[in-house]
Formats: sequence, C-alpha cells, structure tokens
Amino acid sequence: MPSTITIFVNSKPVPATPETTVAAALLNAGITTFRHSPRHEPRSPLCGMGICMECRVTIDGVPGLRSCQTLCREGMQVQLEVEPA
Amino acid sequence: MSAPFDITVVGAGPAGIAAAVTAVESGARVLLIDDNPRPGGQIWRGDWNSGREGDWLNRLAASHVQLETSTAAIDERILDKGRKLILATGARELFLPFPGWTLPGVTGVGGLQALIKGGFDVANKRIVLAGSGPLLLACASLAREKGASVMLVAEQSDSAHLRGFTASLWRHPGKLIEGARLGLSLLGSAYKTNCWVESAQGREHVESVQLRHAGRTWQERSVLLATGFGLVPNTELAALLGCHVEDGAVHVGDWQQTSRPSIYAAGELTGIGGVDKSIVEGRIAALAATGREAEARTLFSDRTTWREFAAGLLRTFAPRPEVLSLAAANTPICRCEDIPLSEVAAHGNWRDLKLATRCGMGFCQGRICGSITRALYGYGPNSPRPPAVPAPIQALLEEREL
Amino acid sequence: MKPDVLIVGAGIVGSACAWELSQLGLRVLVIEDEAVGGGATAAGMGHLVVLDGSEAEFELSAASLRLWDQFVARMPEGVEYSRCGTLWVAADQEEMAEAQRKHNFCAAHGVRSEMLDPVQLAETEPNLCPGLAGGLVLPDDGILFAPVAAQWMIRDSKAELLRATVARLEGRRAILADGTVIEAGITVNAAGARAPHITPGIPVTPRKGQLVITDRYPGFIRHEIVELGYLKLAHAASGESVAFNVQPRKNGQVLVGSSRQHGVKTHEIDRHMLERMLRRAIEYLPALPQLAAIRCWTGLRPATPDGRALVGPWPAQPGMYLATGHEGLGITAATATGRLIADYVANRPPIFDATAFLPERCFHA
Ligand SMILES: Cc1cc2nc3c(=O)[nH]c(=O)nc-3n(C[C@H](O)[C@H](O)[C@H](O)COP(=O)(O)OP(=O)(O)OC[C@H]3O[C@@H](n4cnc5c(N)ncnc54)[C@H](O)[C@@H]3O)c2cc1C
Ligand SMILES: Cc1cc2nc3c(=O)[nH]c(=O)nc-3n(C[C@H](O)[C@H](O)[C@H](O)COP(=O)(O)OP(=O)(O)OC[C@H]3O[C@@H](n4cnc5c(N)ncnc54)[C@H](O)[C@@H]3O)c2cc1C
Ligand code: FES
Repeated sequence: MPSTITIFVNSKPVPATPETTVAAALLNAGITTFRHSPRHEPRSPLCGMGICMECRVTIDGVPGLRSCQTLCREGMQVQLEVEPA
Repeated sequence: MSAPFDITVVGAGPAGIAAAVTAVESGARVLLIDDNPRPGGQIWRGDWNSGREGDWLNRLAASHVQLETSTAAIDERILDKGRKLILATGARELFLPFPGWTLPGVTGVGGLQALIKGGFDVANKRIVLAGSGPLLLACASLAREKGASVMLVAEQSDSAHLRGFTASLWRHPGKLIEGARLGLSLLGSAYKTNCWVESAQGREHVESVQLRHAGRTWQERSVLLATGFGLVPNTELAALLGCHVEDGAVHVGDWQQTSRPSIYAAGELTGIGGVDKSIVEGRIAALAATGREAEARTLFSDRTTWREFAAGLLRTFAPRPEVLSLAAANTPICRCEDIPLSEVAAHGNWRDLKLATRCGMGFCQGRICGSITRALYGYGPNSPRPPAVPAPIQALLEEREL
Repeated sequence: MKPDVLIVGAGIVGSACAWELSQLGLRVLVIEDEAVGGGATAAGMGHLVVLDGSEAEFELSAASLRLWDQFVARMPEGVEYSRCGTLWVAADQEEMAEAQRKHNFCAAHGVRSEMLDPVQLAETEPNLCPGLAGGLVLPDDGILFAPVAAQWMIRDSKAELLRATVARLEGRRAILADGTVIEAGITVNAAGARAPHITPGIPVTPRKGQLVITDRYPGFIRHEIVELGYLKLAHAASGESVAFNVQPRKNGQVLVGSSRQHGVKTHEIDRHMLERMLRRAIEYLPALPQLAAIRCWTGLRPATPDGRALVGPWPAQPGMYLATGHEGLGITAATATGRLIADYVANRPPIFDATAFLPERCFHA
C-alpha cells in the first residue's frame, strides 16, 4: 500500500495511509505487543472489530482508544505503554 | 420532545444499511449510526467497488440517510433520536480458549479479515486458520488474494456433517457460499476437516501452533494463527433497552419487532445466518416500521429460506466436544482480567463467578469471556448496564446528545 | 439438627456475623437467595473509612478498621485490599476549617492524619483541579472488594450456607418461600435493605446510590478522595444529593461516586442523578471526562431514620437480633457489627459501648 501519511508511535515515525486503521499500521510496522495484561502478558489485536479491547492505545493523549476502529491521520501521536522493539 | 428522526438504525452492516435505505426510500427521515469509521459492518467494511456491497453502499451514499460513523449507541438515550428504532448490531466471533490463544500473532478469523481490510499487509506471511464455519474460507481466500501463504485451514467439523451441508448449498446461491466455493477450490489440500488447533507456542509472539487431525498431532512453525468458532449476536444494547433475548439472540416477531414497542431488530442480532438473511430482515424491519406491511410480506418466503440455511449452518459447524476442552488449568479465559480456567471452572453461575473472580469485569464487559463461558458451561452475562459499549465519561453526560 | 444461629443474608454484615458467631463455637446457618456478597455489598465502593459524624460513629468505624486489619492479613489477594488512605479535600476556607476540626478530632482519638496545604495537595494528587484550599489525609483508611471478603468469611467460618429465599423471619424461626420452617436458637436479620420485607416493622428504607467504573488508569488518583461536604450531604435524612467521591481500585480502575436518593427501590440507572454526580466529580477532576467508563450500576443502602445502624436484640421479636441499617458505611462497619452481635450473644462486654446502635431505640411497644 503506498504510504501517504506519517503517524508517530512513541515519537518514532511510522508510514501509513488514511484508509489504514491504527491497528493495521502498527502491525505493518512490526509492532506485535500493543499492551500488557494484568499479569503482564503481551497482547495484541484479537477481534479486529471493537469487541475484545486488546488493541487499546493512547492516541493524541487520549488513553484507551481502540486502534482497530480508528483510522490513521497525518501527524497522529500514538503512545504504547511499552517501547516498540 | 419531538424526535428529530422517524427511524433510527443502529449498526451500518448489511442489515442496518438495507433497513436505512429501505426506510428512507419510503419517505422516512432516517438516522444510521455505527461505531466504525466507515459503513459496511463486518463483511462490507466500506468496500464500494465490488458487486452487491457496492450497490448497497452506493445506494446509501446517494440517499438522504443521515449517517453518523464512529458513534456508538451506549444507552437508552438512543430512543430519543427517533420515533422508531431498528437494531442491527450484528455479531462478533466466538473464541474457544486453548493454551497460547492470548499470544500476539493469534487473531480471530473475522478478526484477521477485518485487520486485512483495515490495511494489515499479510503479503508473504505464513498463516494457519483454525476453527469452524464458512468464515475460515472467506478469510483464507482474502489472505491469499493479498499475497499470504495459507499453510492450512483447519475445520473442526467432521466431513460427514460438511458433505450434507455442501449438498444443500445449491439452493442458496449467496455471496458467502460463492466465497466458500471459491476458497475451497483455491485451497485444495490446505483445507482439512476434523482438524483443530490444540495450542500455540511462543514467548512474545506465536512461534508455532500444534494441530490435530485424525489422531495425529504436528506443529506448524513461523506462522500467524487466525482462530474462531462461528459467531454470536451482539445483544448487549438490545438487552439494555429491555428487548427479550432468547438463546443468545434477540427474539423477534413476523415484522422483526422485538418485545419492546417501536423497537425492531434485524440481521445477525436475531440469530446467526449470514449476509442474505441480514439484508432481507433489514428490509422487512424497515417496511414494517414505515407502514408497508404488504410489501414486507412479499419478503417472508426469502427470509424463511435464509433462516433454514442459517439453521443448517449452526448444525454443521457446532463445536465438537474436543474443542470445548482444549484450555489448560492456567489458560486465561477472561483476557481482560487474566482469569485462568482453574479459577473459572469452580462456579455454578455467572454472578458467583464474576463476584468471586472478576471474570467479565474488564474492559470488554464480558463479551469475550462471557461467550466462552456460555459455550463451555451454559451461562454468561445477564445483567446489562450502561454503557452498552465502553465510552468516555464525557459520553455519559450530554443529556440529549449521543 | 437445629442450628444455634440462623442468619438471613450473606452480605458483608451477615457474613461477618457468621464468622464471629462461629468463633463462639455455635452452629451457624446462613440463608441467602443471591450470590454471597451479591446485594448492596457487591454494589458498594468498599471504602474502609473512619468517620467522625458522632462519637458513636467514630467508635464503630475505628473499631471496625482495627478488626479489618486482622482480617485482610488472612484474606486472599482477590479481596484487593489497598491502604490507599482517604483524602478529604477542602474547596474553600470554610471546608478547610472543617478539615482542621477533623484533624484535631483524629489527634485526640489516636488516629493518624495529616493536613495538606494547596501545594502539598497538588503534589499528592496532580489531577485535582487547581484552586482548592487544601486537604486532610487519613493514611490508615483503605479499600477492598467486599464480595470476596464476604465469601472468605463464610468459608472460613465453616457456617452452613443455604441458598433459599426467606419469606418471613419471626423470633426464633424462618419460613422459607417454599413453606419450609427452620427453627434456631436465635436468628439474625442481616437482610440489608430487604430486612423489613421479612420482618415488618424494622425501620429500614432503601437509599439508592449510583457508581461508574472506568478502565485501568494506574496513578490517575492515589487516595480515595472525598469532598468535605460529603458528610453533610450523606447525613441529610431525605431528598437527593451527590458528592465527589472517587476511589483508585488496586488495579488502576477509577470508581466514581456518589449519589443518594431516598425511597427509590428499583435498580435502574437514574440518568439525571448520574449526570449530576459525574459533573460534580469533573469539577474536582477535570481530566475525568476522557477516561473510558465500563459500567454504571446502582445499589440500595439500608438506611434508618436517625442515620445509625441497628445492631443488637430486636425487642419486637424475642430471639431475633438485627444487624442492618448501616446505610453507606456497612462494609466498613461489618466487622465491628459482627463482633458486637457475638458479644451480646455470648453475654460478654461489648468491644465498645454501642448503646447508640441498639435497635430498642426504635421500638415503641
Ligand atoms: C468478524 C466477522 C467477519 C465476517 N466476515 C464475513 C464474510 O467474509 N463473509 C460473509 O458472508 N459473512 C461474514 N460475516 C458474517 C456477517 O456478520 C454477516 O454476514 C453480515 O455482516 C451481517 O450483517 P449485520 O448487518 O447483521 O451485522 P454486522 O455486519 O455485524 O454490522 C453490525 C454493525 O453494527 C455496529 N454496532 C454494533 N453495536 C453498535 C452500537 N452499540 N452502536 C453503534 N454501532 C454498533 C458494528 O460495529 C457493525 O458495524 C462476518 C461476521 C463477523 C462477526
Ligand atoms: C453506591 C454505594 C456505595 C457504597 N460505598 C460504601 C463504602 O465505600 N464503604 C462502606 O463501608 N459502605 C458503602 N456502601 C454501603 C454498603 O454497601 C452497605 O451498607 C452494606 O453492603 C450493607 O451490607 P449488608 O450485608 O447489610 O446488606 P447486603 O449486602 O444487601 O446483604 C443482604 C443480603 O441479604 C440477602 N437477602 C435479603 N433478603 C433475603 C431473603 N428474604 N431471603 C434470603 N436472602 C435475603 C440479600 O440477597 C443480600 O445478599 C455503599 C453502598 C452503595 C449503594
Ligand atoms: S482488536 Fe479487538 S477491539 Fe480492536
């Protein structure tokens, strides 16, 4: 997919398109751990459709947003609780 | 307060779109809302360019339906929006837990499909799909189309069941089936029945998955795993509004009316049946809600056909006992709260379970674990409270606004 | 075999009674028709708090907290105990004077407390709005998840638990909904807000409260934070009120309260009250609107006309004890209540002079 915009994940630039969901953009960037469970197990998107809540990230300062139901926007700041590898 | 719309439709999947477009064509003022950024629901997902989805989506775009995306209906204030309400909140996937199912790299089957449609690039990725139902094939062919190597499609149902079902398919020339046929021909030997995933291994990400077929087990390495065992209706909002829910689906009458006056339900919400059942039910609901009962009646026989098809679907892909007992003592059942099987198994009803362990108290509001406990033990969440979908506190405030 | 004690209600109060009475060597039968801890106990915030609305209230809550310390040490992790302390916030100088009075009261009664000036307040709880006058911290208050505490008490007591609905409780016997009659040495009505349903004449009425819980936001707040106006509002005998009262669950969730409505018996969310309650909380925590809410719910507090719990023999029904009417303090006060009932039954000196709570004050023959 041609990349037309840039979002920032923990301040690092990640290419995306406006049609891409934030979840897909993160996966495409090789990010596999979106968050940790209470017992600190790594978790990533399961349902892709806003149900499981495993894809929650902080977007533009708002915590707990579902990345699978959010489209990328130019300059969007995504914050993960863990530094992506 | 006089309602600004004649009809509010919640859910912009096939059922909701068919309902909204039909209602607006009857001259009604219609509001259609969906929590996704684009209309289309699970299957269409804003796909404007192809076949029937294009037709409906273009009809929607050309219509006077007021469409509000990225908007969730969270409580009874949705009733203030219009004089009548059509619920078309669709379905989600049923996950059955096995060791390793919480690892990154393990997604739903519909989940993978949705992620791909959301732009997840699967080119050259090795993928195993395991679970049950036609969705496996739909997702496998999409993944192939996008350049993935589909290593295996593991269907837990046994071949005898499946043969009976496929034999009946000629009567139901729907999109789903076309997709399935196509998928089957493409997949050839990568499609196995009587086959299921037993576990996934890995530390930070799935590294391999163990499969079982005909008494034999083996591992597939360096793969993504998509797993799902069919669908369950999203009844939370309907239940919150007081609509009668029976066997996990919203109970409706001939006119798609629920037990609450002026509230209709259509699509997967009333029982899993696929896109054609959703469309015809959406149309019937809209016709009935706009006083065109005679026209609605002409669609009844179609609806019967699709409901029969749905019943066949459920019989064919019902989970076998083995896949209901894959979880180990320490396998999480409630992902939000990390509650393992050993803690979940010891209770006799949902409320005891919840109060003793916090199972179902997390951010998914019991949607994932509650469907699992229903499948495993026959009970699940039963006291809906607002918000029907998690929402910012701000959204609980505006007295009149959504 | 006839039980020595028959308790109706396995809420936190009935469970604490079962535990204490079992320690006396008595055979205890508990009858509950819901989940253990499934009534107001499951709805409440679980704030263990020393209150000083009156000398009697102070004695009851302080004695309870001392007992809770012993309990939580033995309870499983699921009880989610956290000694987060209470932060009473003062919006203005008048409330600051009240904080000072409380501080002095605590000092005189051997309870630790610490005054905060506006700067210290902002350091302690950075998400509080600016412009507050200060606050008072009681570091030994805590929070827990009461249903798990109730379940532990029932289990540990070895009391027998019967899942059944009691239709009537009179003197030394219970009549179940199916007509079965169970006799006992004594009975304890610990049926919470439903106490008068089975024993008419008990002066308890429901007082509805609503709560909202969020997703996990560890560190968003650190103390249970309560506005100093809370007690005035809580103790107003009638009408409706809301107060700022938020709690940091051990797992990082934020529990937002609180509201009071008298005489409402249904469990529906009251949208108007919910909204008032949230707006009040947002005045103090401006970032609250962004946090994601998972669930709203309501509960019925068992309230009495004079705001004091009913703990002790009920003269109208010889052989029956009451352990109810704790309104918004039942989780805190459960432990001392259980101990008091056991003290009365065993005829030993009570853990403190709890005459103020004896039900006989409400009995007019
Ligand atoms: C993950 C998944 C993938 C699927 N893939 C296929 C496929 O490839 N081929 C196929 O033939 N069938 C597929 N199906 C089956 C599919 O559900 C139906 O065929 C069809 O999409 C059903 O239409 P519907 O309108 O009933 O529900 P849906 O399409 O599920 O639409 C419901 C919509 O309502 C929205 N919604 C729900 N609750 C609220 C709320 N409270 N507020 C606002 N919006 C809300 C949902 O986000 C969704 O957009 C899939 C189903 C799922 C769950
Ligand atoms: C919103 C809210 C917030 C609160 N916050 C706090 C707080 O932070 N701190 C605090 O200390 N307190 C708090 N409380 C108050 C506290 O929850 C109650 O005072 C306390 O739970 C009462 O306990 P109980 O055992 O008397 O009643 P319940 O927990 O209601 O127990 C009574 C039990 O009896 C059973 N029962 C009743 N009738 C029958 C019958 N006929 N047959 C069989 N079983 C029967 C019921 O099912 C129930 O389980 C709060 C209350 C509310 C509503
Ligand atoms: S992946 Fe499940 S909610 Fe986003």
